[in-house]
Order: sequence, then structure tokens, then C-alpha cells
Amino acid sequence: MTGRWQPVIGLEVHVQLATRSKAFSGAPAGFGAPPNSQCDPVVLALPGSLPVFNRGALELALRLGLACGSRIRQVSRFARKHYFYPDLPKGYQISQYDEPLCDGGTIEVELGGSTRSVQLRRIHLEEDAGKNLHQPGGRASHVDLNRAGVPLIEVVSEPDLFSAEEAAEYMRVLRQLCRWLDLSGGDMEKGQLRCDANVSLRAVGSTELGTRAELKNINSFKFVHHAIEHEIARQARILDQGGTVVQETRLWDSVAGVSHSMRSKEEAMDYRYFPDPDLPPLAVGDDVIERVRASLPELPAARRARWRGELGLSDDDARHLASDRAVADRFDAALAAHGGGAAAAKPIANWILGEKDAAQSTVAPAHVAELVRLVETGTISGQTGKDVWAEMAATGEAPTAIVERRGLTQVRDEGALEAACAEAIAAHPTEAASFRAGKPALIGFFVGQVMKRTGGRADPKLVNQILRRLLSTDGASR
Amino acid sequence: MSEPLHYLPATELARRVRARELSALELLRATLDRIGAADPHLGAFLHVDADGAERQAAAVDQALARRDDPGPLAGVPIALKDVIVTGGVPTTAGSRILAGWVPPASYSATVVERLRAAGAVLVGKLNLDEFAMGSSNENSAFHPVRNPWDLERVPGGSSGGAAAAVAAGLCAGALGTDTGGSIRQPAALCGVVGLKPTYGRVPRYGVVAFASSLDQVGPLARTVGDAALLFEAIAGFDPRDSTSIQEPAPRLADALTRGARGLRIGRPRELELPGVDLEVTAAVDAALDVLTHLGATVTDVSLPHAAYWLPAYYLVAPAEASSNLARYDGVRYGMRAGPPEQSLNDMYARTRGAGFGAEVKRRIMLGTFALRSGYYDAYYRKAQQVRALIARDHERAFAEVDLIATPTSPTPAFRLGEKTQDPVTMYLTDVFTMGAPLAGLPAISVPCGFTPEGLPVGLQLTARALDEATLLRAAAAYEQATDHGLRHPPEQNLAGEGRA
Amino acid sequence: MAALTREDVLEIARLARLHLEDDEVERLRGELSAILVHMERLAEVDTDGVEPMTHAVPMQLRLRADEPGAALPVEDAVGQAPDRADDFFQVPHILRPAGSGDGRGGAGGPT
Ligand SMILES: [Mg+2]
Ligand SMILES: [Zn+2]
Repeated sequence: MTGRWQPVIGLEVHVQLATRSKAFSGAPAGFGAPPNSQCDPVVLALPGSLPVFNRGALELALRLGLACGSRIRQVSRFARKHYFYPDLPKGYQISQYDEPLCDGGTIEVELGGSTRSVQLRRIHLEEDAGKNLHQPGGRASHVDLNRAGVPLIEVVSEPDLFSAEEAAEYMRVLRQLCRWLDLSGGDMEKGQLRCDANVSLRAVGSTELGTRAELKNINSFKFVHHAIEHEIARQARILDQGGTVVQETRLWDSVAGVSHSMRSKEEAMDYRYFPDPDLPPLAVGDDVIERVRASLPELPAARRARWRGELGLSDDDARHLASDRAVADRFDAALAAHGGGAAAAKPIANWILGEKDAAQSTVAPAHVAELVRLVETGTISGQTGKDVWAEMAATGEAPTAIVERRGLTQVRDEGALEAACAEAIAAHPTEAASFRAGKPALIGFFVGQVMKRTGGRADPKLVNQILRRLLSTDGASR
Repeated sequence: MSEPLHYLPATELARRVRARELSALELLRATLDRIGAADPHLGAFLHVDADGAERQAAAVDQALARRDDPGPLAGVPIALKDVIVTGGVPTTAGSRILAGWVPPASYSATVVERLRAAGAVLVGKLNLDEFAMGSSNENSAFHPVRNPWDLERVPGGSSGGAAAAVAAGLCAGALGTDTGGSIRQPAALCGVVGLKPTYGRVPRYGVVAFASSLDQVGPLARTVGDAALLFEAIAGFDPRDSTSIQEPAPRLADALTRGARGLRIGRPRELELPGVDLEVTAAVDAALDVLTHLGATVTDVSLPHAAYWLPAYYLVAPAEASSNLARYDGVRYGMRAGPPEQSLNDMYARTRGAGFGAEVKRRIMLGTFALRSGYYDAYYRKAQQVRALIARDHERAFAEVDLIATPTSPTPAFRLGEKTQDPVTMYLTDVFTMGAPLAGLPAISVPCGFTPEGLPVGLQLTARALDEATLLRAAAAYEQATDHGLRHPPEQNLAGEGRA
Repeated sequence: MAALTREDVLEIARLARLHLEDDEVERLRGELSAILVHMERLAEVDTDGVEPMTHAVPMQLRLRADEPGAALPVEDAVGQAPDRADDFFQVPHILRPAGSGDGRGGAGGPT
């Protein structure tokens, strides 16, 4: 940033877990339902209602913890965190405080060609709040509790990120991991992923942390970098002028592109945490941990390394294939179906990455393998392959069936091809003369003519050979 | 039996209804008549659900007509302390802040569903100290309850309406809740049996929370057998309560007839307190003599931390209460105070300031104080540590004895208004009852005689966790050997124009 | 701990969102101070190494299968609200900086 100062950043990221029911009750956890239609007595905090924890939320949280190499506590605990707000029906949030589910762990961040393990402090379980809807200029606010009680995990990093770029990359990797592990859609705009940043600056070379400001409400992916960069600049300006940074919470305003202090005596918080007496300690046995561990898919970094090492894929291809687990899984499945090993990897990768939305593709991996084989064996040309792919994508039909039905097999009958080539030469005497006069590039023109006459089915290599032979011999005989 | 219908035990009423000697509807009408005549003197009910009760009674009669089994509580009129949520029937917790709230028809407490399934007829909702906080029922936001033995005196609390209603025959039994003594103390002051089960034995789902780690639902009844019948109906695992114990509901028929022979009863030295009424001490001594004659042995035991029950309780309970009562915020149900144009925080503060009574506010303040950062370790956490020591004391005592005996209350029923000026004096009325909930143990109060003025006295017995059977066994043996249960409040207190 | 001051009482009341009349503040100051004298006797007890007892009976959390049940009808959810607008609960306007999303952490706090 400004030379003298090194930014130190820690992120607190909330991830909504994609369970079917809520964290502490059986109310449906549907998104986009009509207001207040996903509520039961627990969600509404009706008098006498009690929480019962969702096993699905625990298992999703464990997936991320294990994927990050966190230590899973054998006994963790739910606590109540108190504050009054209309979207918080009980007047407290059930969260975890001094005994979180996961301690430590790392997230691998690659930046500028080098990889670094960013240290996590903890991952804990909690519940989401509802939504307050503020009528612009209105005299009242409206409350929808559909989201209240949806399970969340909070992933807290150590102050172990040293630039806005690194923080943004960390968010990208974390989002990818959450999607990869089927934890969450990870869509920041939908609030499935939310990011608060603790930012401080220290003199370059110093090891002590400076005073930090907590930046909240970074509610879109594209603001992560910008908001943190802005905060770094704000603090640098203060320090450059000999001032001191105040420890405070600041709210990011994405419209104005600035942050506002939330400091006010009126709003001073005291969350009054204490262990939730309605929820006994959460014990997680080794059997549960091992079962979840066994169900984990191969993680993106491991897969990229395997593809590069064993298949010789380029770093770029590996990265693109690993950007989404559906794509990665399709690649591996197609490769297995093909059976050809490393040699088939590149063409399979090309076909899969060639699609507009590879993650949403409807082409079955077995069909990808089949198509690659058809091209490999010369049964169809690469060009024809593209047509076949389009049809596969539209109909789901197998490529062999498409090729047969449409008669797309390449023509390699030399007699038939020779006749077509002769016709093409006879129809274009001027071009033939030019070719003979020393314009060899015109061979492409003739290949095109022959392909036209054969409906694109001619084997272009063979056509090329025949044309060259005819154009030279014909000329000699004349 | 020459007892009028309204004083017959629930066991006998259920027998008659099941034998079709008495229809559930007839019994209900007699009960509603009794409530209509006597409750104006007592103020025990906050709501009488005549229509709902009539539907349940008719269903019992129809089941019997079809020769179906309507359950062990067939037709028995039961009333509920108004912290127990009843779908479609107002539930107030004795507080203005919930006045007018009608829970969704589909939302009832597990204990309500269980009573209905057992054939009980739920006649209405009983008065209480607001949010179950109090020992005299004078903290009801609506009106106080009077003790049927002496209308100038309190019935105890917080289940004061339940104790008064059962004592005066307004229902055959009732469910109350006990956090620091709220079933046992009013049972003692009104001369009925009150059982606080082991923590986790009876589901809390649908029971308005006061202090979640202490609250338990239990029966108030006129006989030990009735208390056992109600307890069997409501006890047992409930998947909707994460603190529910996975033990089958106990079967108690055996225990009620086994007698007291061989039981070892301990009297804690530390609870021989100077402030206890001499008449109370005399009655409890006499009761232990009776049990000795029945073959029990009585020895001294030690509960070294008994002096700390009160401070531990008055930190833990208010802290949890301050949290549990945060939901009453004027947003989703209940009342809201203040003008339409006000800030959010003003809306909260005005609603809660106007909606809660003095004792509830006092405890919210105390609990908020104890949980504040910087104070938590010295207050709340310390209290929970002392609580662990209190539980350990009991464990050690129960290595030597089967039951611990004390008075239930240091005094018989006191006068209305006598203790309302000084909260600490009021808190001291629970000095014997706070130990069992702090340690999670079951305890019972059994009528053990009367003062010369005719006020009832209660004997409290505490047992090991999950050992309600031994409590009921000793209580039943004692009850059979004495005739306290045959006495009822003076009928002239309950006749004529009401005054409550 | 010395006796509570008037400011202590007001700060606790603010945290608890309780409006207190002036006479209530003074009365509570006295009552709470008197009660706290009793509470402070706990300091006499040696609790070194004693695990706080958070649950009356030792138990572990039971887990529920992730299966959605029925939601309440919307009318049951909002029908008892002191103030509503269509199917929303309605509350006094919450002030917040412009463009700050749903204002989490504005007047309230973070999740
Ligand atoms: Mg946080
Ligand atoms: Zn959080």
C-alpha cells in the first residue's frame, strides 16, 4: 500500500449451510418462500419452544473442518449471544463461544504463483437471523423470519492475510471449498456467504499488531477487495498524519463506496454469553468424524496436483477443471470411461472446458469419452465432432448413434474421393492453373470444395493427398 | 366414601368413569359448578375452558360407549398452571406482556398432549406469580390467589393457583412448575401433595421458560396416589426437548404399597435453621417419628454447602430468566407499548417496562448484571461452580441415606402483603426447596399436619436422581398412617359472595 | 463490589431494554445492592478446579435428522403480532446508513 505500512487482515466469514430444515427445529429452510411461511414455534420463539439440533448441520460443518485440517473438539458447546433486534426472535442467537466445534486449520491461497497456508482460528456453528426490510424513507420496518434459524458456520481466520488481493483470493478459495463440499451455494449476493474483515496496519518490519477496525456488511463478492483496500487506505492516511486508529466497527456502504463508523454509546454491546441451558454439550465421536472424513470428495488442490502430475495437464487446464466439483467429476468420469489414460486427458479437457457453462452441462461423461474416441480413430473429423457435441448436448443421444443416424462417418473410399477431387479440379480450372503455377496455398481451397461435395464427411488428410497427386499428374499429362 | 365428588381422589374418579358409574360430562359439570361457586373466593383460575373441556369429556364418554380405552385419567378434571402452553386457549404466564396471546391451535405443551391422550379433561388455566417468579402468588399481573384455609393468607407460589384449586376441590389435580420450590412450597402452604420430578424427567416443550436448567413440570394432588397417577401420565422421553432424559416413564403402582420399612432417611444438620417456625419443626419431627414407627431409620446427614443454595439459586435462575424473557419484545405476539412513532429501542424498553411487573424486572436486572462481561466469572460462573458442589453434597449424602427430609417451608402460609416489601425475606421462604432443583433431584412435599391455627405444614423429601419411586413410596406409607389428607379447607371460606 | 450506583442501574436497564421510572431506578438500586450482598457470600467458597454445572443432570446433545416438517400457516405466525403489514411483522423504522444492506450490526449486532 503506502510503503511504510503493512496491512494485517483477518476475516470472519459466515456460510449458510444448505440443509433442508433449520438448525434447531424442523421448520423448512427454503429460500425465496413467501414472507413468514417458513416458521414454526421454535423459529418464532413462541413461549415454551425448545431447540433440537440438526445432525445435517453438524455433518456439513465437520466436512469443512476436516477439509481444512482443523482439530475437531470431542465436546463443544452452544452458547447464547444476546442482543435485541427485530430479526432475532429469541433476543439471543444460539452460537458457539469458548468451545467451538473446530479449532485451527488452514486454507491454501495461491497468489502470484506461490502458495501460502492461511491459518484459521476456528470454525463454529450458529443460527442465522431473519431479515429486516427497511422501507426507503418509510416510517416502519418489516420483518420476515423465513431465514431465522437457518444453520450457519462462522469461519474465523487468524490475522494472517497481508493484502486486499490475498483476502479476496482467500474468499474465492473458501467459496470454492464450500461449493466443492456441498456445504452451501456460496452466493454472496444471496447472503449465503458473508464477510466481515478485521483490518489493521503496522509499520513494515514490525511484528506487533496495530489497532484494528472491524469492517462489516461487505455483501457482494466484488466488494471484498475494494472495501478492504479502502479501509487500508483510510488507516494509512490516519497513520501517515501521525494519528491513531480507533478500535471500532465500521459499516461498508457499497453504494457510496465508503465505510461509516458504528460507534455510539447508545449501541454499546455486551452480548452476555453463557452456555445454553436448553442444549447439552455436543459430543462428536471418532466414529462420526471418520464417517464424515470417508465421505469427503478429493479436494481441489489434491486433484489439480494429480492431474498435473499423472496426466500432464497444464496448470491452467487443471485450475479451470477444478473450479467446480461438477466439472472436475465429469472430467474424471470421462477419463475413466475412455480408459486411454494420460493421452486422452487433453482432448477430454478441451471438450469439457470448451462448453459455455461446463458446470451445467448435460453431456454425459461416457458420451464425452465416446466422442473423443470417434475423433481419435478418424471415424469423424474434429469439425464434425463439434456438430455431434451440439446435438448430444441438445438431445442427450450417444455420439455413435448420432454419427450413424446422420451418416457422418468419414469417407475414406479412395475411388469415391478421387472422383470427387477430379470433379472439383475440373470445375475450377483457373484455380488449378494458379496452384500449378506456384500457389500451393490453394490446396486449402480445393479441400474445401471436396468437403462440400462430400457433405463434410471426407477424411481431410486423404483428400489432401489425392488432390496433390491429381493436381501434379494432371498437369503433367496436359 | 362420604366425600363430595369434588374431593374424591383422581384415582377413584377415573375408576368410576371407566366403570361407567359416572359420566365424564357429569363430572365436568360438577367441577364447573364447584369452580363457579368457590373460585370467586380464591382467584385460582385465570381462564376456564368450559367448551374445550366439554369436548374432551364428551370424547371420553364416546370412547367408553364404543368400549375403547379412554386412558388412565378418563374424565378426570385437571387444571394447568398458566405457563403451560395450550393450543387455541389463552396462555399468559401471569403477565401483562402476554395478555391476549392465544397459541396456535397446533402448538401445545407435550404434557398437555400426554394428559389428553390419557383421557384427562383440561378445565382451565391457573393463576401464578408472573413468569413463575415468586413465592406467594402476589406477583400475578391479574390478581392474587387466596389460601383456602385462610383467605387472608397467601397460597404460596409460584404455583399458587394450582395449590389452592386442588386444595379446595376445584379440580382433581393440577400441573405446576417448580424452579426453586414453586410446586412444593405452595403444596405445603395449601395442604396438598406436590412433586417436583428429576430434571429432564418431564418434557419442558411448550412450558414457558423461567430458568431452563432448573424448571420442571410436576403434579399437585390431594393424595400421593393421585400425584403418582399424574406423574406417570406426563413423564418420559420427548424428542422435542433436548434436555429430556431417555428413560421410559416410571411405573409406580408397586412403590405405593411397599411401605417405609428399611428406608434410610437423613436430616441435614446444616438445615436446622433458627428462622424456622416451632410449629413447623414440631410437625416435621412428628412426621419422622411416624416414619420411624413404620420401619424407616432416621439419621443425621451433612449438606455442607446448604448455606449457599440461596445465593447460587438467585444468580443462576435470574441469569437464565433474563435470557429467556428477552423474546418478549413487542414484535411477534403479546403487547406493545408506546406511540406508533417511536424508536425501536424506545419501543422495546416501553413494552418491557410496562409489560413486566416489579419482581420480573428485578430478576431480569439481577440476571443481566450477573451475565455482563467482566462480572460473569465472579457471579454466574461462580454460582455454577458452587452448584456443582451442592450436587456433590447430595451425592455424598445419598451414599448413606435413601431420602433427605426437611420442612418444605420454614413457615406456614403468611399473610397477604406481609413480605412484599422486602424481596430477600420473600426469597428466604424457599430456603429448603432450592437444593433439589440446583442438584437436579426429585423432591416431594407431603402434608404432615396443621398448626394450632389450622394452617397446613408440609414435609419435604428429596431422593436420588430418577428415584421418584422411593419418594412416592415413603410419602404413600406416611399418608396411609396418618389422616391429614382427610381434612379439607373450611367450607365457609368458599361459600357465599366471592371476594378474591 | 460496592453498592450499585444509579448509573449502573441505568446501564443494566439499557442492556435489558427495560424502561424504568425514576422511583423504580432508586428502588432497584437499593434492592439489587441488598441482594448482591447475599450473592457475594459465594466468594467464600473454594471452587478451584470445579467444573461449572451447566446442566442439572449430565447429558449429551441428541441430534435430529435433517428432515423438514410443516411450517405454521402464515396467519398463525403473524396473526398475533401487535403490528403487521401484510404478512410481515411491522416495527418502528430502523435507522441505518444508506446502502448498508439489511443493516445487520446497525442498530443491532452481527450474527
Ligand atoms: Mg463474529
Ligand atoms: Zn457469527
